[in-house]
Amino acid sequence: MSGLLESAPLALMAWFLGLLGAFGVPAWALEAISALISIGAVIGVFLGLFALASVMERKILARVQNRLGPNRVGPCGLLQPVADGIKMITKEDLVPRGADRVVHFLAPVVMMVPALLVLAILPYGRGMVPAELDAGILFFFAVGAGTEVAVFMAGWGSNNKYSILGAMRAIAQLISYEIPLVMAGVTAAMIAGSLMPSAIVAAQGGFAFGFIPQWFVLTPWGFTAGLIFFIGALAESNRSPFDLPEGESELVAGHLTEYSGFKYATFFMAEYVGMFAICGMLVTLFFGGWQAPLPFLTIVPSWAWFFGKVCAVAFTMIWVRATLPRLRIDHLLAFAWKFLLPMSFAAFFSAACWHFAGRGWAAWLLSLVVVAVPYLAFGSHFSSRFSTSRRTYRFSE
Amino acid sequence: MNLPGSGILKGLAVTARNFAGSYFEKDRLTTEQYPEERPTLPENARSFPFLIYDGEDPEAGMRCVSCKICEKECPPQCIYIIQDRDEAGKALKRPRVFDIDISVCMSCQICVEVCPFESIRMDQDYELSAYDRFGALVHDKAKLLKSNTYYHRIHPSEAAETDERIEADRKKKEAAAAAKAAVKKEPAKPAEGGQ
Repeated sequence: MSGLLESAPLALMAWFLGLLGAFGVPAWALEAISALISIGAVIGVFLGLFALASVMERKILARVQNRLGPNRVGPCGLLQPVADGIKMITKEDLVPRGADRVVHFLAPVVMMVPALLVLAILPYGRGMVPAELDAGILFFFAVGAGTEVAVFMAGWGSNNKYSILGAMRAIAQLISYEIPLVMAGVTAAMIAGSLMPSAIVAAQGGFAFGFIPQWFVLTPWGFTAGLIFFIGALAESNRSPFDLPEGESELVAGHLTEYSGFKYATFFMAEYVGMFAICGMLVTLFFGGWQAPLPFLTIVPSWAWFFGKVCAVAFTMIWVRATLPRLRIDHLLAFAWKFLLPMSFAAFFSAACWHFAGRGWAAWLLSLVVVAVPYLAFGSHFSSRFSTSRRTYRFSE
Repeated sequence: MNLPGSGILKGLAVTARNFAGSYFEKDRLTTEQYPEERPTLPENARSFPFLIYDGEDPEAGMRCVSCKICEKECPPQCIYIIQDRDEAGKALKRPRVFDIDISVCMSCQICVEVCPFESIRMDQDYELSAYDRFGALVHDKAKLLKSNTYYHRIHPSEAAETDERIEADRKKKEAAAAAKAAVKKEPAKPAEGGQ
């Protein structure tokens, strides 16, 4: 039963291709069709996740604030994305008179492309990688950086002061957080000895003492790097508390100010798909990818584990959004450069210590010290800059 | 010294407690599911004025005598009254037209306070939106007239007090009339006799 479910997606595709082959479809066409099926499946699954996330995010935020959230459309409000979609498509598509029409039109498209491209290299289950690249991690970060171009295109093309300010903030933020993000990701690649996502997942397989999973997040360096990666992922997907580029209290909607209707929906979709992609990367690098957390749970298909973990990380992102207020832009950049970047170097060094100390108990302790000391040092230094005492006012009162 | 980042964890714990609590503790969810659940309005809630009639027939039991005091006192002048007349052109003690434009009315309740006949009172109906901006928001006499039982239902204590006052007034009037009748029967007045 479990084996059947495990291989169901691949078996289904093989059966379909065999059927086509029996009807005399040439081999090159079969290859193209097989690629198209993978693309269709990945895009379909992630757009479904996007639809689900858009309503679940609202429901979770509502629950945190002791409200009920959307519950009018369909059972428990689950058809809300359909209503939102119809609303978005039927809305007027406005282009400002002074806008660069071509750039303004292309920005949402350019935004969507990297968000979908990076999905190609994620290992969704055992043997389920749409594109098995040797340097998959590199591809992920290189292509993922393309969203910055789209954000700036949107800001520049809109010919609006809020848009361009939002886009400049977005660029500053994305570039700053890209560095800790990549540095944190590199640790996992370094320990696994490969840039291939499926090899990194394979390196996290097996169980210590028969029940402790060998996920990187359970080591001191992996925990630190995973946390840094998570924070970087929040910033890269423009999510609260790093949603400064769209800070509505000061910038209307940042680079999205002049977008309406379907173009806005495309941006929104790209942001959510990008968020799920980076959650998938986090799961692949540090949470064991499609590996089950306990030996007896391997009866659950590997792809179910992957998507379960991705949804758990996405839930945490929403939880963080419900908790933390938005940062100020200088605090945001200071946090990236003065805290996250040194900490990512510490995690990097700690991973190296862990590897060269033999990956045993001693290595565990050594790597813990190597990340804990800089954490306390940088952390107390960083938080000492922000006074937590009661603010005094010179002129009022 | 606090561990750096402990504040964030405390915040996350608070939000997690609220998230989980909203599923188990029903009194956390204060949202009222409006069209299905109706709020129980406090007794003193008021929206716009309406006219009271006694008994079953709105026209016959109408308390309003068309004195137009409310029309004169109304600060935004949203009340419009035309007195009814019989065929001979003699004024009758009832309005032919009594309109209140609720798009102008500011719910100040001055009409209620000045009415000597306890005829105009504040309603609690708040579902008053209409598709027609002009006609539908002017409430005419037929729409304004509501029974005393309805008044008792929405403002029980106030209505009871009003009824008591009306009853007391009626008794006082009866007593006065009786006294007058007694005086007429006995023409010798004590004031004149004292001369």
